[in-house]
Amino acid sequence: MNIVVCIKQVPDTETAIKIAADGKSISTDDIKWVMNPYDEFAVEEALRFQKEQKATVTVVGAGPKRVTEALRTALAMGADKAVLIEDDGLYGADPIAIAKILAAAIKDLTPDIVFLGQRAIDDDAGVVGAALAEFLGMPQLSVVTKLSLDGDKVTVNRPVEGQTLVIESPLPAVITCQKGLNEPRYASLPGIMKAKKKPLDTKKLADLGASATGFAEVVAITPPPERAAGVTISGDDPAQMALNLAKALREQAKII
Amino acid sequence: MAGVYVVAEHRDGAFRKVTLEAASAAKKIADELGSEVTAVVLASGMADACAELGKYGVSKVLYADDAAFAQYTTDAYANALAELLKDADVVVFGASMQGKDLAGRLAAKLDTSVAVDCTALAVEGGKVKATRPIYAGKVYADIVINAKPQMVTLRPNVFDVVEVGGQAAVETISATAGEVKTKVVDVVKDAGGKIDLTEALVIISGGRGMKDGANFEILETLAGQLNGAVGASRSAVDAGWRPHRDQVGQTGKVVTPNLYIACGISGAIQHLAGMGSSKVIVAINKDADAPIFQKADFCVVADLFDVVPAFTEEVKKLG
Repeated sequence: MNIVVCIKQVPDTETAIKIAADGKSISTDDIKWVMNPYDEFAVEEALRFQKEQKATVTVVGAGPKRVTEALRTALAMGADKAVLIEDDGLYGADPIAIAKILAAAIKDLTPDIVFLGQRAIDDDAGVVGAALAEFLGMPQLSVVTKLSLDGDKVTVNRPVEGQTLVIESPLPAVITCQKGLNEPRYASLPGIMKAKKKPLDTKKLADLGASATGFAEVVAITPPPERAAGVTISGDDPAQMALNLAKALREQAKII
Repeated sequence: MAGVYVVAEHRDGAFRKVTLEAASAAKKIADELGSEVTAVVLASGMADACAELGKYGVSKVLYADDAAFAQYTTDAYANALAELLKDADVVVFGASMQGKDLAGRLAAKLDTSVAVDCTALAVEGGKVKATRPIYAGKVYADIVINAKPQMVTLRPNVFDVVEVGGQAAVETISATAGEVKTKVVDVVKDAGGKIDLTEALVIISGGRGMKDGANFEILETLAGQLNGAVGASRSAVDAGWRPHRDQVGQTGKVVTPNLYIACGISGAIQHLAGMGSSKVIVAINKDADAPIFQKADFCVVADLFDVVPAFTEEVKKLG
């Protein structure tokens, strides 16, 4: 069984985001880069199949050379091998174009399952999994919190607003992972040492006959709208504060 | 056919609020483009409801009645919509779980792209410019799709539902579900029919200051009074006090309610990112220096265990 996990490298959640001089991208100075937190669930789920199904786990990432660090983290967690699609222009590119590039790299690996995080915490788009499934001609199971395998059939739980859908699908399939699916392991020290010797292939876009150019163009990046300074609710005791808060929300904000 | 299209979403025989929001936003775009709004309804047994979409600016409804569409599956919907929307200029979806699941697949099928979870739309030079929060709202991106159809999904609760018209013309069509590999074998409703955070108009959230999962009961009581939902910070979720689906923040849900009440939440950057675009923010915290107060419209420096129950009583009195 072949499992592929697509990994994105993103700024750590603590990062304060600064707009670059071009006004269309973010400044990448002083950023601590990490594996996208949702991709950790994807790696962990793949490692479960590595053990249970004797699957080979290949992690795939796209972007500048630094993405190697996120791939090495996955190898240190236990993945068998990695592929980096190296191109400096891929960070911030159209997610549908990224999906096409990933599909070109993945199809030769003949995966039974492709795992991804349900979305990346930088562009917050969450469309790569769906587009990748289309380009690979596979069904997609998005934002799953539970997964079981029976032969070549997979059953997942997918929470949607106010309810959970239980969905069956044949393999191969693309599955995007949500928090709750598992508890991702940390890379152990022996794992980190072993990871250094695991194979990591680098491919260029030209090798894949692919391009970073897509149809979605970022024309500007702006700071969030300013909020007016807050009003402190006064009162001698909690009861009076509660009364004043209720009044403020009713009369000033007209919200309750 | 050219024009502006809305992909309608329904549950239990009724259109969802995100669809009415999408129709209203699409109407504005269509007016500026000198075009009209067509809604596509893939459903079963919803003929009567379709004409009502006219109220929200929809001129025409393409209605495909097929048992294959009664329950949403990505395969059936994407196959049918790819055929129906291939000549569309603009396609608008609600950024619900369904809209998010569908839009990326359809963009790939139709060789275009999509701007997801948008909070504003404008028309510039005959094209739609979509504004969307990225990095969970730390910055906003303006995006133009340089292909047709230009596809957008709209964040729930941000676009107003605007009633403008009367009845829409309904055309019954046949649409092809094609090969459907996935099958919904069960639908489990959440306990108590709770409102999802992404759709709630009022959210009461608790953080580390709640001290224990059982204490969330006081937030539940207030949420009950305000017809709201209860959220949680990451630390409250990681402590096992609340399930992950309640988490608000960069690795949880990004929410846009009319009123967000943060109780015992210090306001880590990840949390502020997730709730920062709420319309009105109230912070209740003992620590006057908590970063949450930098983001709040109304700041209550006090013990939440005293203030929240007292506030609930005041809300009750207001009726």
